[in-house]
Amino acid sequence: MGTLSLNQRAALLSVLMLVVGLLIWEAAIPAQKAAEELTEYERLTGAGSAKAGVPPPSQVIAKAWEQLSDPFYDAGPNDKGIGIQIGYSIYRVLTGYFLAALIAIPFGFLIGMSQVAYKAFNPFIQVLRPISPLAWMPLALFIIGDSEASAIFVIFICSIWPMLINTAFGVAGVREDWVNVARTHELGPIKTAFSVILPAAAPTILTGMRISIGIAWLVIVAAEMLVGGTGIGYYVWNEWNNLDLTSVVFSILMIGVVGMLLDAMFGLLQRRVTYAE
Amino acid sequence: MKPYLSIEKLTQRFPDGNGGELTVFENASFGVEKGEFVVILGHSGCGKSTIMNILAGLADPTSGVVIMDGTQVKGPSLDRGVVFQNYSLLPWLTTLKNVTFGVKARHPEWTKQQVEDHAAKFLAMVGLEGDVIHRKPSQLSGGMRQRVSIARAFANHPKLLLLDEPFGALDALTRGTIQDELLKIWGQMEQTVFMITHDIDEAILLADRILLMTNGPNARVAESVEITIPRPRNRTEIVEHPNYYAIRNHLVQFLGKRSKELAGQPTEVGQTNAPETVRIDLTEPTEDPEDKRPALKAVNS
Ligand SMILES: Nc1ncnc2c1ncn2[C@@H]1O[C@H](COP(=O)(O)OP(=O)(O)OP(=O)(O)O)[C@@H](O)[C@H]1O
Ligand SMILES: [Mg+2]
Repeated sequence: MGTLSLNQRAALLSVLMLVVGLLIWEAAIPAQKAAEELTEYERLTGAGSAKAGVPPPSQVIAKAWEQLSDPFYDAGPNDKGIGIQIGYSIYRVLTGYFLAALIAIPFGFLIGMSQVAYKAFNPFIQVLRPISPLAWMPLALFIIGDSEASAIFVIFICSIWPMLINTAFGVAGVREDWVNVARTHELGPIKTAFSVILPAAAPTILTGMRISIGIAWLVIVAAEMLVGGTGIGYYVWNEWNNLDLTSVVFSILMIGVVGMLLDAMFGLLQRRVTYAE
Repeated sequence: MKPYLSIEKLTQRFPDGNGGELTVFENASFGVEKGEFVVILGHSGCGKSTIMNILAGLADPTSGVVIMDGTQVKGPSLDRGVVFQNYSLLPWLTTLKNVTFGVKARHPEWTKQQVEDHAAKFLAMVGLEGDVIHRKPSQLSGGMRQRVSIARAFANHPKLLLLDEPFGALDALTRGTIQDELLKIWGQMEQTVFMITHDIDEAILLADRILLMTNGPNARVAESVEITIPRPRNRTEIVEHPNYYAIRNHLVQFLGKRSKELAGQPTEVGQTNAPETVRIDLTEPTEDPEDKRPALKAVNS
């Protein structure tokens, strides 16, 4: 053990925990299998029916293998590959997210540059921000009409706040010394914004972007459960209605993996713009 | 004829936080000649940085004007390079890029290669060469950062160089090295330098003239002490010069005692507070002893 690096030891421990976890899970299932031998009556009334459906990891892995070997098949509205479903979700998340970024970052910049604007907008932001994005859904469905656009709107509205607030905060917090460096070199406002304020505030802005993408991915699942049709959220809900818990567990894992990848992407970007003072 | 840099009846007031006003200094007037190295000494809070910010054009005075080379100072300019007290390097840029940042602003028509060569030349001048110039400021020592900041200012050939306690945070050894480098570069470039410091010995080593400020509020630039020690000066030899201790004592006296005694006298409307010139030179043959008495009096008072 002494020869392994910290990371190697941590990785080893992770694998160990995974294996033990899976074994316990696997071992726990036969006990429930017995529950399958309930009387017909019990089963009909639902006693233990949910439990009865919980699949052992071996089944989930088999499912994953089956699904991931052909992720993009399309056999009608209720039977699409996991890749297609996730694709829809990512498309909605990114559309709503980038629309939000397009507005939040320039707007946050302006708010951050002016103390008056910062103070004037703050109460609105503080009230709007804690609203659960799903609470907007009925209003969005009513005003926009289209369920697809409404889902994108919900993503838009939930990702805008962290980006807006962090951009404004980051810009407002840029050290005056750095701005003075720009001033003594006679840089104009646009050049100052791009060569000093933006790089100075970039780590804070990216933190906001990273928080936003995380929230957006959380929200899309719920939004798609409401809106239906396509997407990973709808898929989970649909499989639950089919009582196909193996698929439910598998898609839960996929949601986690995609969320992790999205976060890692922004983590990478964040590391690139972070600087030490 | 007006001096190269002319500070005329400069007044700065700030709200004092209780609804009243705090007068930092009033009607301060002095001049700096072209190519001169002027150091300003005064206690903390007397308004040195405030004066420097006004000279840099980063702040506007309540009243009064600064005229440089015949034109009034309004806003910052590339002609007035500032070395900020805390270096003010941009931490996301490498050492080289911090200097090219300034060079690009000065010479927008230059090619990338020209800009980088010029920047590297000035970094080399302050002893920064090789791999070091591709490191970020956070990976440099305090003294190295200070030198980057000096290189950035010098690379732009500003007509006036403003230094706000540029060596304040450095250990004695590094400080000495950078002082020497500063003198060397200044000697080559014939620039006008206006510098703030708390260090009397540093002031005597570097300055042609030292401006002494009384304590605030209502501070005044009370005296202008000529440093009658020939250049090139050397840290170890300078102390043997006959004028050294006379000047030093005068400065210590001022900072220790008279800066307090002279402090806090509000001035009459329209009065011009020009500093009194003090010349201490024990090497001059004293033909007329009466001539020197006022200065010596100041030393002993
Ligand atoms: N923006 C401001 N608002 C109000 N008061 C200010 C402001 N800037 C400076 N002052 C006051 O003006 C006075 C002079 O400040 P200044 O920074 O010029 O001092 P200093 O001589 O540079 O001191 P130090 O040697 O400690 O740097 C201080 O009393 C300070 O409180
Ligand atoms: Mg100061």
